[in-house]
Parts: sequence; structure tokens; C-alpha cells
Amino acid sequence: MRKTGFLLKEEHSGYLMSLPYVVYFCLFVAFPLIFSFILVFHRWNIITPMEFIGLGNFERLFHDVQFFKALRNTVIFLLIHIPLQIVVALLFATLLSQQIKAKGLFRAIYFMPVIVSGVVVTILWMQLYNYDAGILNVLLSKLGLKRVPWLISPSWAMPSIAIMATWKNVGLYIVIFLVGLQNIPGYLYEAAEIDGASGLQKFFYITLPSLNSAMVLVIILSTIGGFSLFIEPFVMTGGGPMNSTLSAMLYIYNQAFYFGHMGYAATLGFSFAMIVFVVIIIQRKIVERK
Amino acid sequence: MKKFVVYLVLIVGGVIFFYPFLWMIMATFRSEIDIGYPGLFVKSLTLHNYEIVFKRIPILRALFNSLFVSLSVTASVIFFGSVVGYALSRLKFKIKGLILGVILFTMVIPFQITLIPMYILMVKFGWVDTYLALIVPGMISSFGILLFRQFFLDIPQDLIDAARIDGCNDFQILFKIFLPLSKPVMITVGIFSFMATWNDVLWPMLVIRTRELMTMPQLVTLFSIGGEAEGQLGPQLAAATLLALPIVVAYAFFQRYFIESMATTGLKG
Repeated sequence: MRKTGFLLKEEHSGYLMSLPYVVYFCLFVAFPLIFSFILVFHRWNIITPMEFIGLGNFERLFHDVQFFKALRNTVIFLLIHIPLQIVVALLFATLLSQQIKAKGLFRAIYFMPVIVSGVVVTILWMQLYNYDAGILNVLLSKLGLKRVPWLISPSWAMPSIAIMATWKNVGLYIVIFLVGLQNIPGYLYEAAEIDGASGLQKFFYITLPSLNSAMVLVIILSTIGGFSLFIEPFVMTGGGPMNSTLSAMLYIYNQAFYFGHMGYAATLGFSFAMIVFVVIIIQRKIVERK
Repeated sequence: MKKFVVYLVLIVGGVIFFYPFLWMIMATFRSEIDIGYPGLFVKSLTLHNYEIVFKRIPILRALFNSLFVSLSVTASVIFFGSVVGYALSRLKFKIKGLILGVILFTMVIPFQITLIPMYILMVKFGWVDTYLALIVPGMISSFGILLFRQFFLDIPQDLIDAARIDGCNDFQILFKIFLPLSKPVMITVGIFSFMATWNDVLWPMLVIRTRELMTMPQLVTLFSIGGEAEGQLGPQLAAATLLALPIVVAYAFFQRYFIESMATTGLKG
């Protein structure tokens, strides 16, 4: 008898204590999700009544040059950002996993851009990338090399943003790889040494395969980052020159808050989200099979 | 010899990641003509850039707004994270599995889907241009709940049983016994939710239009792209330095916690 009473009480506090989450979920997750599915079938500028247009938004999307441009820009960003990030992070993680002094200091320095706001990094790099007065071009011309039109040429602008994003984020991935490296059991390397494996062989046959899950994580986080890219092009280039840095998020923002096309902006958000899903699933399949 | 190369590469890396910040701070004390100088020291120094920033934008108000919003969100995420995390780890009730599944599902929803409807919700609530729009949507974090849940799962049942015999209810058990033991997870959740809120620019840009209510990153962004900096780099860099300062100072003291917190977020998220 006492036991049921006890259980009942526990069940009640269970409901009571998870109630805040249920309320939060209904308001800020379930409702936006459902509303998003309604919005994609409507034309709406928030002020006048919603107008049902069936699949009109999707029809428009398939003919929207800017949508494909934003998609293409994101792919360019990811093709530069992901490999660069992995190579740099692997290099410094491998070096930091050796017996060295001041390990903590190096790690703390590499991590610094991660904690600093993206706005700070963007304003700083806008100056570094400045064509006439930026440090990078000043250094290049001192070395007798040609100045690079970092942010003013359509073919350089997105790669420049990808390089900056790597500088900003790589500290996080160094730490993630470092954790992965520390989890590799030492006897694997000892056994390989007995078999006469070279340093490079050890790296490719032991280190890399053991870092597989860290690798998946780095790729997924970078992909999500690429599709969420906003403040960097917003501040640096406004999406230009010639839409070459128009990112997915920036395009959604423009459609919603410049033109007031809420229905179409929701459709874009929905479509980009589906693309992120598919890309991540494909990436996982490829990396995990190896 | 090999050691030498290792140190050399590490130091070069250190310079690449650190020098730009150092340069930025030094450049804010230069007049506009000297900005492009790649070295650290120039002859004439000036506070002109900071004068422009303080004169043109309410940067201290923005600092207050950012601190107020970020601290409110962080306190709330810790509070609700521990309450819901406690229910999901230590209590038996019918829909527990369902809620846990829902939380995991929530975490994989890309924010691109919910952003526009969330904005419309804020408009309909009349929360645009209020602190509510900045704070309420961030008050609960699925990730925070999961971290607390995971931590609470390892606390011995004996402690709960003993407290129940003493007549404690579940809230008392949580606040008197569990939370004092939960410092590590509180630090992790605290840092990651503070940093996420502090650094967010997109959401404030959507819901705040009044300058007096803007968060610091938002105000600095609009200062930088708007006309107020008059296209001059000095004031923009000065504003960016002021924006970086609070976090960098905190990082200097607690860098180990920052790295641990943000790496866990990455590893488990």
C-alpha cells in the first residue's frame, strides 16, 4: 500500500518537473515546425492575410538563380573549408600530442579565435584582407608578390571567407582531434614499430583510421557551419561581389527581411535544411565505410 | 633536430593565431593613415577611435544588454536543465521515454526551418523590441537537459533513498543534494549557453530594432556596416576590440573550462 503511494508521488513530480520542457517544446519547437509546413504553401508578408499558392513557392525555387547561386557558394565554401580545416587541425593536434613543453599555452592560443565573437573576427579580417592597406597584401608586396583581390574579386571572395572561417574554428577541431589521439592505445604503435612500420605508415594505418569518429564530427559540424554562414558575408561583402558570397542564411534573411517574402523565405529554410540532412547522411556513409 | 621543427611549427602557428589580435589592439590606437602598418608600434598614438565609438553608439548600454540577456539565459538553462534532467534521470513516469526521444529529435532540427516561424511568433506575441524576444526562446536547452541527465544518472540511488526517508521531496533532493555535487556540469552548460547567447547576432538582428536594446555584437555589426564608422577602419577595430574584451578577459582566467566546455559541446552535440 505504502509502495504505490510512493510511486504515485514520484510519477507526479516526474510530470511536474518535465512540464517546463513540454511547454517549451510546444511553443518553440512544435509550433514553428508546423507553422513552417503551412508557410511553405503560402505567400505572405506578415501584414496582409496569407494567400494559399500551393506548390508555387517550390516552383519558384526551382527557377531561382539566386537559390542555386547560394547553394553553389556554400559548396565552394565547404570544398575549401573542410579539407583545410582537417589538414591544419590534424597537423597541430599531432604536434601537440608529442612530448613538448608549454602544451597548454599553445592549445590556449590556438583556441582563442574560437571563443571570440564572429563579428570581431570578421571586422579584423576585413582589415587584413583590405586590398590597398591590409596586412596580407602589404606583406605580399614586400615579398615581391602580386596583391590578391581577397574580397573584391568574385572568384576570391568565397575562398577568402573560407580561409577566415578555418582560422576562426580550427582550434576547436585541434582539441577534438587531440582527444581522439589520446584515446589511441599505445600498444598499436609499439606493435607497428616491431613490424618495422615507418612514421608515415603508422600515421596512415593507425592514426587516421582511429580518428574516424572525430573526422565524422569535424565534417558534420563544418557542414552545418557552412549552411549557417551569415555574419561573415553580411559584414564583409553583403553577399557580393556579384552574389559570389551570397550564403544560404543570407539569402533567407534577404528574402524575409528585405523583401518581406515570409512564405518563400520559409521555403528556402525548409529546402536548405533538407539539403543539410541529405549531405550529412551521405558524408557519414562515405567516411564511416572507409 | 626533430624537436626543433616541432617547436618551430607550433610557434609559427601561435603567431598566426595570436598576432592578428595583438595587431588589432595596437591598431585601435593609431590614426587612420597608420592603420595599414603590419608592425605593432607606430610613433603617434591616439584615443580618437575610441572617442568616435563612445560618441556615436551606446556601446556601454549594449554591453549591459548583452550581459543581462546572456546571464538570464544561462541561469535559466541551468535551472530548467537540472530540473528536467533530474526528472528524466531519476524519476519513473509514463511519458519519460517519449520526452527523451523528443529531445533527441529536437537537437537534429536545423535552425533554418524554425527561424522564420519563430520570428513570426515574436511578432504575434508583441515581443519584438523587448528583452523577452532575446531571452525566452533560449530559456531551455535540449543539450543542457541531456548533459544534466547524463551527470545525474551516475549519482548513487542511496543518496535519494536516504533523503526520501528524511522526508525530502524531489525538488529538495535536487537543490540540496544533486546541485551541490554538479559543479562540473554546471560550468560546462553555463559556459556553452553563455557563449552561444553572447555571440549570437542573427537572432538579435531579427527581433531588435531599437538601438538602446541591441546586444553588443549586433550594435558593433551595424556600426561597422552602417554609416556611423564613416568607412573608417580605426573606429570599427576599436568597436571590435571592446566587443572582444570581456570574453578574452574571462578566457584568460578560465581558459581550461572554456576549452573543456566547448569541446564537450562539440563532442556530444
